[in-house]
Amino acid sequence: MISLSDYLILAAILFAIGIVGVFLNRKNLVVLLMAIELILLAVNINFIAFSHFLWGITGQVFVFFILTVAAAESAIGLAILIVLFRNRGTINVDDFDTLKG
Amino acid sequence: MTFESLVFDFFAAVLLWSAAMVVVIRNPVKAALFLVLAFVSAASIWMLAEAEFLAIVLVLVYVGAVMVLFLFVVMMIDVNLAALKQGFRAYLPLGGVVALLMVVEIALVVGPARFGLHKVPAPAPLPSHYDNTRALGTLLYTTYVYPFEIAAALLLVAIVAAIALTMRRRPETKYQDPSRQVNVRAQDRVRLVKMPAERRG
Repeated sequence: MISLSDYLILAAILFAIGIVGVFLNRKNLVVLLMAIELILLAVNINFIAFSHFLWGITGQVFVFFILTVAAAESAIGLAILIVLFRNRGTINVDDFDTLKG
Repeated sequence: MTFESLVFDFFAAVLLWSAAMVVVIRNPVKAALFLVLAFVSAASIWMLAEAEFLAIVLVLVYVGAVMVLFLFVVMMIDVNLAALKQGFRAYLPLGGVVALLMVVEIALVVGPARFGLHKVPAPAPLPSHYDNTRALGTLLYTTYVYPFEIAAALLLVAIVAAIALTMRRRPETKYQDPSRQVNVRAQDRVRLVKMPAERRG
């Protein structure tokens, strides 16, 4: 049988892959956004697993809202990416240093 | 090993493999396609966890809309792959160590000792007349109706913001103004001039 810890460890590994994606693709803004999507997916798997094992459908409602917010976030992120590319001609994160931070 | 856990292991392996390919592959288009595979595998795992509605929503909304948006953007912008992959190897050890530590730490907390089947027993299978969509909808439209409406407003704001960010007026391009075209009158366009005839030559 599948136990709750199977789901949780799967989500933990997925979360770690997302973090590695942020580390490895620090230059590429598109893949950075994809890594954030992976991290959100890991969180959603946790919610679904707890909702399944603890007999509460509220966790699924929460996943619903997370999906909504994640869709809005990626739409705005991609819009900002397009504006950046139009103005600077690149999506290399290192080139966005106008503020000298 | 039951059939159910075999299915779970298969989809989990596909999910982790495709997620790893998303972050290591060079080509962003291929990365987006691997992300689609990861979402479909995750939807199958949610189906195993009896969250049917959300599994379908993940496929429809994420694979159908968000990933298509990603693919559009990736194909629209011209990416210099060589420059973007600089420092890939340099960050690999650090990222790997951080990820390994994170997995080990989380696994120590949520491992089988605390969340195994003897601590959290597997729930009994739901009755055949149970309707996941109906249960979710009942909860969503009663208890959580205000958060639901806020989410709708958030999506509207996101649409407006995305359009406002990416739309640009180009003053140099020629375009037609339909209201001016409709409102034009003959006497504004044609001017009859009376003048005496002139002799040629």
